[in-house]
Order: sequence, then structure tokens, then C-alpha cells
Amino acid sequence: MIAELGHFALILALVLAGVQAVVPLVGAARNRYALMAVGRPAAQAQLFFLLFAYACLTWAFITSDFSVRLAASNSHTDTPLIYKITGVWGNHEGSLLLWATSLSLWTVAVTIFSRDLPEAFMARVLGVLGAISAGFVSFTLFTSNPFTRLLPAVAEGRDLNPLLQDPGMIIHPPLLYMGYVGFSVAFAFAIAALLSGRLDAAWARWSRPWTTVAWVFLTAGIAVGSGWAYYELGWGGWWFWDPVENASFMPWLLGTALIHSLAVTEKRGAFRNWTVLLAIGAFSMSLLGTFLVRSGVLTSVLAVATDPARGLYILVLLVLVIGISLTLFAWRAPKLTGGGSFGLVSRESTLLGNNVLFAVVTGAVLLGTMYPLFLDALNLGKISVGPPYFEAVFVPLMVPVIVLMVIGPFVRWKGDDGARLLRRLAPAALVSLVLGAGLALAVGHVTWRTVLGLTLAAWVLIGSLQLLLARIAERPGAAAAARLRGIPAAWWGMWTAHLGVGVFIIGVTMVGSLESGLDVKMKEGQSAQLAGYTFTFRGVEDVERANYVAARATLEVRAGERRVATLTPEKRLYLAQQMPMTEASLDIGPFRDVYVSLGEQVEDGSWIVSLYHKPFISWIWLGCTLMGLGGIFAAADRRYRRLAERRAAAGVVQTA
Amino acid sequence: MKARSKRLILVGGGVALLVAAVALVLSAFQQNLVFFHTPTEVYEGKAPTGRAFRIGGMVEDGSIRREADGLTVSFAITDTAKVIPVRYRGTLPDLFQEGKGAVVQGVLGPDGQFTATEVLAKHDENYMPVEAQYAIDQAHKASQTVQQ
Repeated sequence: MIAELGHFALILALVLAGVQAVVPLVGAARNRYALMAVGRPAAQAQLFFLLFAYACLTWAFITSDFSVRLAASNSHTDTPLIYKITGVWGNHEGSLLLWATSLSLWTVAVTIFSRDLPEAFMARVLGVLGAISAGFVSFTLFTSNPFTRLLPAVAEGRDLNPLLQDPGMIIHPPLLYMGYVGFSVAFAFAIAALLSGRLDAAWARWSRPWTTVAWVFLTAGIAVGSGWAYYELGWGGWWFWDPVENASFMPWLLGTALIHSLAVTEKRGAFRNWTVLLAIGAFSMSLLGTFLVRSGVLTSVLAVATDPARGLYILVLLVLVIGISLTLFAWRAPKLTGGGSFGLVSRESTLLGNNVLFAVVTGAVLLGTMYPLFLDALNLGKISVGPPYFEAVFVPLMVPVIVLMVIGPFVRWKGDDGARLLRRLAPAALVSLVLGAGLALAVGHVTWRTVLGLTLAAWVLIGSLQLLLARIAERPGAAAAARLRGIPAAWWGMWTAHLGVGVFIIGVTMVGSLESGLDVKMKEGQSAQLAGYTFTFRGVEDVERANYVAARATLEVRAGERRVATLTPEKRLYLAQQMPMTEASLDIGPFRDVYVSLGEQVEDGSWIVSLYHKPFISWIWLGCTLMGLGGIFAAADRRYRRLAERRAAAGVVQTA
Repeated sequence: MKARSKRLILVGGGVALLVAAVALVLSAFQQNLVFFHTPTEVYEGKAPTGRAFRIGGMVEDGSIRREADGLTVSFAITDTAKVIPVRYRGTLPDLFQEGKGAVVQGVLGPDGQFTATEVLAKHDENYMPVEAQYAIDQAHKASQTVQQ
């Protein structure tokens, strides 16, 4: 009964999405306020029904209603409650429902936080979001209905994939989806602006905070996902250039370009065409990402024969979104010439460089991700493109991005004096080079990669410090504290995010250069040495939990005489699917992680144990956290709220 | 004239950058492609020697053996028609089992011994790795053609 209610709510949500897609757009085209006003209530009602449907599905999981097919194949009576709840999105159908629900959340958030937008513009934004929602909800209903019954019901479910039964996986998918879906708001703003023919600084200012917030979610989602892979997959890698990861990385890359391009459009009115293209591109990448993540969907797209409905639907959806928006763009773009002109050495140029490079990197990742799939689909042979390709491309293309990232904020808009910049930044560049080489020598690992990485990190950190000092010096006379307070949040956001990139580079470089690992066969009482640590194997005990049994080893880690940690890696067997799983154990520190995972038992009763030493790996996530924080600061800047405040003040005057 | 030449520099520089970037991408792509071969193809000598490639298939029943150090594993991978011996040193994935699908990446020695640097098994016991399934399907198809 509950499942049928959920199904019914989903149908109502589709009807409302249809209304939201059509009526406000017609209203905006004919300038009829009554029709435009339909958008808001339709969006709110749609959110209500989607939340209701989502709650119904969650109920089926919590109560272990195995007459619902989805619950039967992704849950189990013994699954811990939290994983029953997260199991709802740990599968294709449920994750689509999550997608649609977060889109609806974003839409309602737009109606609340951007309520001061001109009525016609808001109507167009809501119309576009409604159309996207209609596409997704109908896809869910017609090809991937989460409420499908399984009759007769089975007595016991198959349990959630054990890899997903982990705290990281509780927050990773919602964060990632909020990020993916958030770019649909940037997309809707761009399309609304194209429809109205008004692509100006105001549009960029409205769009910026939304784009930044979406980017923050995506950054956090990717970081959590990478952290999950690090400790859950059992061998301490943090990025694999796997299609699933690339799927989230491509919208992030284009989204980063979009944030910077929006800055130019807002401040200088330039790059308008390009910004619109990036908004369309970032959203298209998000769509592609959504479908790549569910490998089942991917295979169904490629091997259309196995599940023609799903694959075809996705292709049509993608073609419609990209096709319509590019057609609209081609129609409107010629009218959008102009914008501020700028010189060869100017902030616009550095941001243009950033944009071009990010676009090329995205293209390279797209090529490496999709090419093998296309070859396979067209029966032209099977190939794979591994991490070596992505690294060979990514590193050289990102180096100029990092160099420009530090220079950019020092350069004036419109035009600047190259010689002046050179004088200002040459000392920092020299010091960075010396520091990079010196540090590489100090840690005893002189390869071009280490030197390059440490030099770039020093360049970012020194550049950030210099930028902050320059900014404080800008208002002579005032007290230092007053000067600090005078700096707008958006500037702090930029500064923090860029600093985060520097911290991230330190982490990546150090762990890449200095990490070490060792596979050893160990028996009770035996010890092994790695990176100055002594690991002593203290034996294995059996552990029983609700839905798995495990062999848990105990290892003592010492540095000389000092006891550092006791680690307990496990080899689990999840009962419902009889699936083995390695659960690593870590001692996390600010300058290094010690990581142990348990392999298998060999004939003579000893175990294979993998030991890893990972210097500075936490800095990778610290860097991502700083980037995310920077995004939050930037989105919280007062000037995005100033318009609302002015309007409110004007309203008071009018009514008075 | 001055504005025009400035724009020329900007556009020219941009295009040069783009061309260089694309060249970099394509050459890296060319160098790092890893091809896939079925055990039958490897047996027939269609696989390259001295360059890394992938083999997919089933881990043959009773073929997994650990060497004295306890870390090096040898096993055989088969598409049900031909069998290729593989050696690998390191930890095996959780779902690596006899009779189950696996994909190995590595180099083929002149003696027909495959030395793997990477062993992949699916993260979910429901599915065969796509490439492993493909290899077995190919072998079945071939045997049916022979019978006809």
C-alpha cells in the first residue's frame, strides 16, 4: 500500500513538473503574470510529492518490505538501520529518485533565495528546471520505477552491496548529487537569459552564488568519494581515474572554469558567450556523469539491445538537452557581441587562459573515458585507458593553470604593465624554485615531479601570502584590523580556495614521491619494518556482527621504542551475498598515515598483510576542504544580498 | 592597427596553445592505450610481446598456486577454449576466486608466461567483468562455428 502511494505521488510529481515546465514559459513569452505565477506553487507542490515518494521508498527499506523489488535486492532484515536508509540510493532506481528530489530542492531554494528576480526571468528559470525535472521523473517512472512490486515477495532480501556499507557512502552520494543537480540551476539561469535575450552583468551576478554552491557540493562529494576509495578499497590509492570518478571530475573541471568565467562576465561584461557555453557544458557533463555512475545504465546505453528503453531514453534526453540549448545559443549568440575590451596583459587574459586550459583538460578526460566505451559499442575492439594516460595529460596541462592562478589576482582588469608584474612576482618565483629544489633534496627524493610539485606548492603559498599583504596595504592609514575586516567575503573565498590548491599539491606530491608499501607473510609474534615503523602481528580473532562475520587481526605499530598505534584490519564475509570484503585499518596523522590491510590466510596459518606508509596524505583532503570553504565564503558575499536589501528598502518607500 | 595586431597575438597565442595541448593529449593517448586480448588470441600469437595488454576470462578451477614466499601467486586464465598461465606478486582482489571471472594486465614473456602487474575482479559477485564475459562468449562462438 505504502509503495503504491509512493508510486502515485511520483506520478503527481510528473504532472506538476509538466505544468511547471510549460505554463510559466508560455506566461513569460506572452507577458502574462497569472501564468508566470504558476511556477512557484507548482515547484513547491512537486517537492512535496517527491519527498513523499522518497519517504515511501525509505519506509519500504526500513520495514524490510521485500515485496518491493528494490528493497529485496538492496536490503536485508539484518542490515543496520543507517544502511537500510542509505540503501535507498545505493542502486540505479533509488538514486534517480534522489536526483529528482534534489533537483526539486534546488528549485524551491531558487524560489526562496532569489525571490527578487524579475518575474519573467524567474518564470523562465522555473520553466527550464521543470522541463529537466519532467525528463528525470518520467525516466524514473517509465524505465526505472523504484516501486515495482516483487510478487510473490521473497522472505529475505539480498542486502546492500557491502562496499557501500560504510560511513563515507552515507554522505558521498547526496553531496555528489547535490553538486551534479546544482549545475542545472546555473544551466537554467543561462537558458533563461538566452530566452530573454538579456545576458548581462546582472544575470552573471544572479547566477554566481548558485554556481558556486553547486561547485562546493561537488568538491565535497568528490573529496569524500576519494577518501572512501582510499580506506575502503584496501590498498590506499586515493584516485584511480576510473570512469565513475572521471564522471564527477569532468563537471567539476568545467564548473571551475564556469565560476571564473562568470567572474569576468559580472565584473567586465566580457566572455558572455563563453560563459553560457560553459554553463551548458557543465550541466551536460553532470548528466553524463549521472548516467556513467550507474554502470548498469552505461552498459544499457552502449548495448542498446539489452535494455533498449533505458539506453534510448538517456540518449534522447542528452540529445534534447544539448541540442536545444546549443540551437538556442546559436540563435541568440550573434546578438551578444561586445563586452569590455581588454589588453594582452590583463586579468581577463589570465582567466581566459584558465578557461581554455580547463576546457582542454575536460576534453582530454572525456576522450580517455568515453573512447574505450565507444570502440566497444561499435565492436571495434576492446581497449582500456589507464592512469598513465590521464597523468601524462593532466600534469602538464595543470602546471600553467597553477602558475596563472597565482599571477591572476595581481593583474589589473582591462590592462596592466607586464614589467611591473614581473618585478613584483619574480622574487616569489625565484624563492619558490629554490624552495622546491631544496625541499626535494631535504626529503631525499629528487625527481622532476617532486621538484615541480614542491615548487608549485611553494609558488601558491608564497603568492597567497604576498597577495594578502598587498591587499592589506591597499588602504593606508586605517588600522590593520579594520583593513582586514574591510576585505569582502568573496575575496577571502578566492584566497582560501587558491590556498587550498597549494595545500592539495603538497599532499599529492609528497604522497606520490615518498609513499611506501610492503606485502608480507606474517605469523603471530612476527614483525616487519617499513619507513621507520615496526609492525608486530599479534594474531587473529573471529568477530561476528549482524550481517557479517570477520577475521580481525591485531597489529602493533612502534616507532623505535614508542608505541604509535594498534591497528585492527579485518577480512569480512557478508553473509547475505557471501561476499568477502577487506576492511583496512589506519592511524591517521597530520604528516603521515599508517595503513594496514589484511590479505588472505595461507596454508601454514600465517596471513598476507599489506603495510603502507603514506606521508602527507591528509593534506589532499585538507586542501579540498579549504577549496570548499573558499566556495562557501564566496557564495556568502554581501553583494549578492545587496540587491534584495535595496529592493526591500525601495518597497518600503513605495508603500509608505 | 595596434589593437588589431594585439588581437592577432592573443588569438595566435591561444591557437598555438590549443594545438600544443591537443598534440600532447593525442600522443599521450597513443602511448598509453592498453589493448585487450582473449586467451585464444594470445595463444594464436596475436598479442604483442614486450607491451602491456589485458587478458580476460575465467580463473581455471584448481589452478591457483602460491609459491614458497607466500606472496607470488600463479594461476591460469581461460576462455574455456585456451589456457594462459599467469604469475602475479601482490594482494589479490577480494572477489578473485577459481571459476570466477577476472581480468589481468601485464606483459607476455617469450615463453608464453604472462606476468601480471594488475589483477581485476568485479566489485560485485553478480557480474562477470565485462571483458571476461566477452572472452568466453568469443570462444563459444568460435567453437560453434567449428562444429557447424
